This record gives sequence, structure tokens and C-alpha cells, in this order.
Amino acid sequence: MRITGKYFFVNLFTRKDVITEQYPNNIDTLEMFDRFRGEITLYHNENNEHKCDACTLCVSACPNGSLEVFGDKEPDPETGKLIRYLVKHIYHLEMCTMCGLCIEACPQDALEWGQDFHHVQYDRSKLTKVLNKPGSKIMSKEKKKK
Amino acid sequence: MEEFLTDTLKTQEYFLNMGPQHPATHGVLRLLLKLDGEIIQNVDMDLGYIHRSIEKMCERDTYKQIVHLTDRLDYLSSHMNNEAVCLLVEKALNIEIPDRIKVIRTLVDELTRISSHVLWWGVMGMDIGALTTFMYGFREREMINDIFEETCGARLTMNYNVIGGVRYDLHENFVKRVKDFIVHFKKKLPEYDTLLSNNVIFRKRLEGIGYISKEDAVAYGLNGPAARASGVSCDIRKIHPYSAYDRAEFDEIIFTEGDSYARYKVRIKEMWESLRILEQLIDKIPEGEHRVKTKAVIKLPEGDYLQRVEAARGDFGVYVKSTGQKFPYRLKLRSPGFANLTALNKMTKGLKIADLVAILSTIDIVVPDIDR
Amino acid sequence: MILNIFTDIHNLLLEHMSGQAAHITELVLIAIAYLGIFAILGLFLVWLERRVAGFFQLRLGPNRVGPFGLFQTIADALKLVSKELTGTVKADKFLYGTAPYFVIVTALMAMALIPFSQEIQAFDINIGVFFLTSVSSVGVIGIFLAGWASNNKYSLIGGMRTGIQMISYELSVGMAIVTMVVLAGTLQISEIIEMQKDGWFIFKGHIPAIIAFMIFMIAGTAESNRTPFDLVEAESELGAGFHTEYSGMRFAYYFLAEFVNMFIISSVAVVLFFGGWLSPFGITDGIPFAGLFWFTVKVIGVIFLFMWFRWTFPRFRIDQLLTLEWKYLLPINLVNIVLMALMVWLGLTL
Repeated sequence: MRITGKYFFVNLFTRKDVITEQYPNNIDTLEMFDRFRGEITLYHNENNEHKCDACTLCVSACPNGSLEVFGDKEPDPETGKLIRYLVKHIYHLEMCTMCGLCIEACPQDALEWGQDFHHVQYDRSKLTKVLNKPGSKIMSKEKKKK
Repeated sequence: MEEFLTDTLKTQEYFLNMGPQHPATHGVLRLLLKLDGEIIQNVDMDLGYIHRSIEKMCERDTYKQIVHLTDRLDYLSSHMNNEAVCLLVEKALNIEIPDRIKVIRTLVDELTRISSHVLWWGVMGMDIGALTTFMYGFREREMINDIFEETCGARLTMNYNVIGGVRYDLHENFVKRVKDFIVHFKKKLPEYDTLLSNNVIFRKRLEGIGYISKEDAVAYGLNGPAARASGVSCDIRKIHPYSAYDRAEFDEIIFTEGDSYARYKVRIKEMWESLRILEQLIDKIPEGEHRVKTKAVIKLPEGDYLQRVEAARGDFGVYVKSTGQKFPYRLKLRSPGFANLTALNKMTKGLKIADLVAILSTIDIVVPDIDR
Repeated sequence: MILNIFTDIHNLLLEHMSGQAAHITELVLIAIAYLGIFAILGLFLVWLERRVAGFFQLRLGPNRVGPFGLFQTIADALKLVSKELTGTVKADKFLYGTAPYFVIVTALMAMALIPFSQEIQAFDINIGVFFLTSVSSVGVIGIFLAGWASNNKYSLIGGMRTGIQMISYELSVGMAIVTMVVLAGTLQISEIIEMQKDGWFIFKGHIPAIIAFMIFMIAGTAESNRTPFDLVEAESELGAGFHTEYSGMRFAYYFLAEFVNMFIISSVAVVLFFGGWLSPFGITDGIPFAGLFWFTVKVIGVIFLFMWFRWTFPRFRIDQLLTLEWKYLLPINLVNIVLMALMVWLGLTL
């Protein structure tokens, strides 16, 4: 009885031990840790360029098929050979188990963890996300080497 | 006189269904009780409400992908489940694991064990009726969850072990946070004792209830803290030491009374022992790499492999039969809760419904672990 | 005008109608006033319970709806009112419908005796305390009926358990009250309070009164079905006990009646042990309606003690509960009565 009484009287006046957070009010100031696994995102730099070249290694690494990659081939302006480029990188958030195997499998380090956790939607189709932003192109090889 | 009374009163036995949705069964578990008034004559269990065919899913996944599925079995000791699969593959392929990885795995293991036992304590209080213990337990778990989130990236299903080591190196705040936690927890554990363990009402609810003798415990295959309370020595950390358990000193806790209060005391003392292990290992983390490079596609040689791990609930085992391909031919998971639950019938013969709830919470089952 | 409000209303009514009609109108007005007090008390106590529970459990209680969350209970009440009044198919409809009203009516009848202050007491009968206990005994019928008429095994078990519990502990409550009546010498509530003007009973009758107070608190928590004796609402065991099959407004009746019962038991404790509406050391004895303030403070103190018990202790099992009553509390009670009688006879009271 002593213990519950102690907590009551301390909390009544100082709210020192209260561990609840007033959630909807503090959305702006809420910070997650660095390694928090929110969702999968494709890294884009300031010029809207990503690093993915549609090798589909992430698709085979995923245990339950939450990633789909569509690529196409176009001739390279310098050498004239056909090279692959990314058309669409689809991510099914509703099936992902956040295991991180795709991020480890990518040889170009294109995928990374996002910190967003507000995934609630009313409509299931909104959970299928396209990861490459519109109008983005792959980074050229010199920038990637840096 | 007794026969006269029972003949003339003509009471009738009736069935009561503690259905899948029930606040007291820790998960979706259906119990069919055959009652006479309030005395339980027989308990029948109906499992399988949360069967997700994890073993079947593991047959089509490569070994690297199996690890994330075992997280979700007994989600309160998820790190230990992952460790079982990783240790099995590493032993089969004869991969040498450096010391740093072993110590990191043991540290996170013991933190998971404390977290699981604290949740057990909170829910135990709630089942018996003292509703505040739930909140106090979660306060400690929040500290541990923060530690996990910073280092592993997730709070519950951590997926931190990979074949060949751990996924990320320890965060720089890890050691400091764990030391703060040890100091904080050492002050709070005696509070737990005052709140529940020494409470007269609590002890009267638990002493003498649900007795199971040592021979019966071995016959039913009980394991974990429930068996240690009956005198059976079954701690895998002592019998087949793995990771860094052979360099930390800790005692195996055995009581001989075999009733619910003994099971309760075993778990409280295990929390103290986990703290002891943490204290010994936290200062002596060796340097080294946190991940050993393995091949991209892992194929186990043909044969059968078994790995046992002391999860928070008991003896968790993974058995793999491999035919040389990159998928296992058959994977069997031995869950600690299954055997513990089968002994429920024996423990509750002749007791009342309130005692059934108390016993169920001292056995500490997690139903997704039972119907994998 | 405020000081003589009751005689003013009385004269006002007498001017406009005959004596009989005025009397009946007064009764109706008092009944409406008490219904209002019942409702407001229910709302306030539920809010208080949730806030206090929050602070015990290291969290805040409801604090969004209204200032400090005061309107939370109104929101809950609105929700309960708008629910469908379900019932099981084979339930005995007449008994099922009338069972909640038993508890409400007995709670209201008991509330009529409570002295909120020197002037405010609706029904000052000369068998005051005895009337209170007998009325609360009738309330048990409501619970039995609810358990039986729901046609549900869980409700039946819950109803039986509660019935046994309440009947057994009324004995203890009654005998603790008898102990204090031996000290007071009268059953009438206003006279009991008058006698405490030179010292509250818990100080006057020292040892037996303190033992009687402890027994009263234990038996009082059992009477109002709170932890550690709340097998009725043992949510972790049997759904919701005898009111499993009730929903909507009928459930609200039981819910409110439990809190008002707690209030009634607290006010009986305050009247018998702590001096009712008297101020400590007679500070504000001359001021009219000041007794209301002191009464409220004391009752909230005792209610806080009840809540503290609820959120600390685990629950008893039914046979342990009955063992406690019949083997421990009852003999102690009997010995206590003899002790108090001896003290009064030998003049050893303070």
C-alpha cells in the first residue's frame, strides 16, 4: 500500500513519474531513433536522383513478395549498348514484415529505412506505394563512386 | 453422511466454455471446463486458433529468410528464437563466430528475458486482481524497448540476429543505457516484492495450488521455470551452454515445492540472475567485427540438425532435416508452452475456476507459440 | 433568504394550495432533488475514480473532455444511453427488466437518510441507522435477479457469488454499526451527530471504535463489491459477472448504483465515526450550511481510502472470502461489541 500511495501523492502534485505521452498533441516533436524501421524507401538526393538500376536482387531476397520491380532497356548515350533502367519500383506495404533483407541484398545501396510510422489508411490500395519519385533518374556513375 | 447428501441433492455437472475471446487466457485459447458447482473435474483444450503454418512457410524460404519468421512465434522472447536458427546454421556450416558477437547476443538475450518476465509479472498481477502491477511492469519494459529500438531498430520483433552475427553494431549509447537500466531495475525489483510477493492475499491465492510433483513434471515434459519449481534441473544455459553463457556466472534456480507460488518465486529470482549476468558482461564486451561474411546462398549439407535454446518460457528447439538444397526439407519447432499446457489438466483437478486462472498465469504461456 | 430557504419554500407553497397538496408537492420536489443529486454524484464519483486510478498507475486519467476531463462521464453516459437494449432469448423478461430498479430504488432510499449538513436531512426517523442497513439488504435481490434472469451460466455463477458475499458481509457491517450504537445510545442519525459535538466517536470510544472502524471498512468494501472483493466484476475471470447480459441504460443503472453504494457506505462511516457534518474542534459551528463543506471533505477522504484499497490489493477467492467473514470477522465483531459495552458501562470512554 505504501508504494501505490507514494506514487499517487507524488504524481498528484508534480507529475514526475507519469510515463504516458499525450500522443496526438505531440506529433510534431516526436522523434524516432536512427535505426527505427518504419518503411522501405528509395534514397533520393537533392536532384531527385536515385541509385536503383533494376537488378531485382531485392525482389528475390524478399520472403513474401512485397517488392516488384519493372525495368526496361534503353541505349546508353556514350557506348550505344543497351542498359537497364528503372521504370517502377512497387512496394506493398500491407505485406511487408520489415525484416530488412531487401536492404541488405541491394548491391547499390539504393534502399533504406524510412522513419514514418503513420501507415493507417482507409483504402487498401493506398498501401501499395511506388517508391521512385516521378521524374527521377538514376545517378550517374561518378556521383555513385563518391 | 456424504453419500446421503450427494444422492439426495443430485447436483449435475455442466460444461463451461472459456472461449477463444477471454481476458484471462493469454491469447486465443479455448478451454472446455467440466464443472461441478465451482469445482473443476476436467479441462479440455482446443488449440489452433492462431495457427499460421510457420513450419510450412519455412519450407519454401531460404535459410536467411527463415530467421524473420521465428520472431513471431513467442514474440516476447523473439531474440532467443532468432538465435536458435542462427546458431543451428552456423554450427552446421562450421562458421567461427568471434567473441564480440557472442557477448552481444547474450546481452540482448538477457534483456529480452527480463522484459518477458516483467510482462509476465504485470499480467499475473492483473489476473489475480491487482490492476496497478500491469502499469508498473510496462514502465520497465519501456526502458528496455527504448534500448532495443536504438540498437536493433524495432521494439518487439527485433530481427537483429542474422546468420553470421548481428545486423548492426552496438549503438554508442547502448552501454550507458543498459547501466542506467540496471541501476533503475535494482531499485524497482524489491518494490515488486513488497507489492505482490509478500502480500497475504496473494500468497493465499497461490500457495498449495496447482501442485505437480517432480516425477509428473518429467513425465509431462515440463520445461522452463515451471519445471524448475518442481525440482527438475533443465536449464539449457547450464546443460548445453551456447553463446557467452559459459563465461558468466549465474545460478540455476530450483525450488522443490512444485506449486504456483514456487513458480512465481522462480521467475522473480531469474530476473535477479539475469541482472547478474548483465552486470558481469556489460563491461567486458570484446572488440571485433559484428558480422561474419557468409556466402550469398546458404546450403546446409545433408543431415539432421538440432539446436536448443533457453527461451524465457522454457526449452525452445529447432530441428532441421536438410537434403542439401537451399530450402530445408523439413523444419520442426519445439515450443516450450505446448508441453507446459498439457500438464494443466493434472494441475487443476479439484480446484476452482479462480485457481485455474491463477495457474494459467503462473505457467506463463503465449498462445502463438503453441499453435505455431 | 438563503438561510431559511426551506421554510420559505414551505410558506410559499402553503399560500397557494391546501396543506395536503403542499405536503405532496414538497415530497415531489425533494424526490427530484435527490434524483439530481444521485445523477451528479454518480458522474462525479466515476470521474474521481478514473483520475485517482490514473495517478496510482503512473498515468493521467481522462483529461481531454472538458476541463480536467470532467465531462468524460457525460460522454460515457451518452454512449451507454444510445446503445441497444439487448437481452438473451430465453431470459425471463419481467425479472430481467425489473432487476436494475431494485438497486436504484434502494440506493435512493438510503440516500434520503444521509445528513449533508445540520439543515439538510430528508428523513430523520428515530430508527435511522437500522433503516439504512435493512434497505441495503433489499438491494441484494436486484443482483440475484440479474444473475438468474439472464439465462447465462456466467451470470448465474456471478450472481450466486455476489449474493453470498453481500449477505455474509451485511452481518459484519450491521455489527460494527451496533458497536457504535452501543456507544451512542440512540439509533437516530441527527442525535448521533449531536452526541459527537464534544469529540468524534473514533476518539471517544478508542480501542473498540478503531477496531470497529477497520471491520467496517473491510465489510464496506465487500458490500459495495469492490476489490479486493470484486469477484462480481472479476473481468479477468468470468466476463462481467451478473451484469454480463445487460447493455445500455440498464448497465448504467448497475454501474451508477455501485458508486452511489460506495458513497452511502462512506457517509455512514463518516456519520458514525468521524462526526458527520461537525467541524473539527468546533471551528465553524455557528455558520449555517458550513456542515456541507466538512461533510464533503470527510466523505471524499473515506472514498479515497476505498479507492486506494482497490488499486493495490489482489482479489480474494470466493471460499477465502467467506472464510474471512465467518471465521475471523464475526468472532472479532462479537468480542468487540462486548468490549464496547463494558467500556460504556464502566465509563471508560474519553
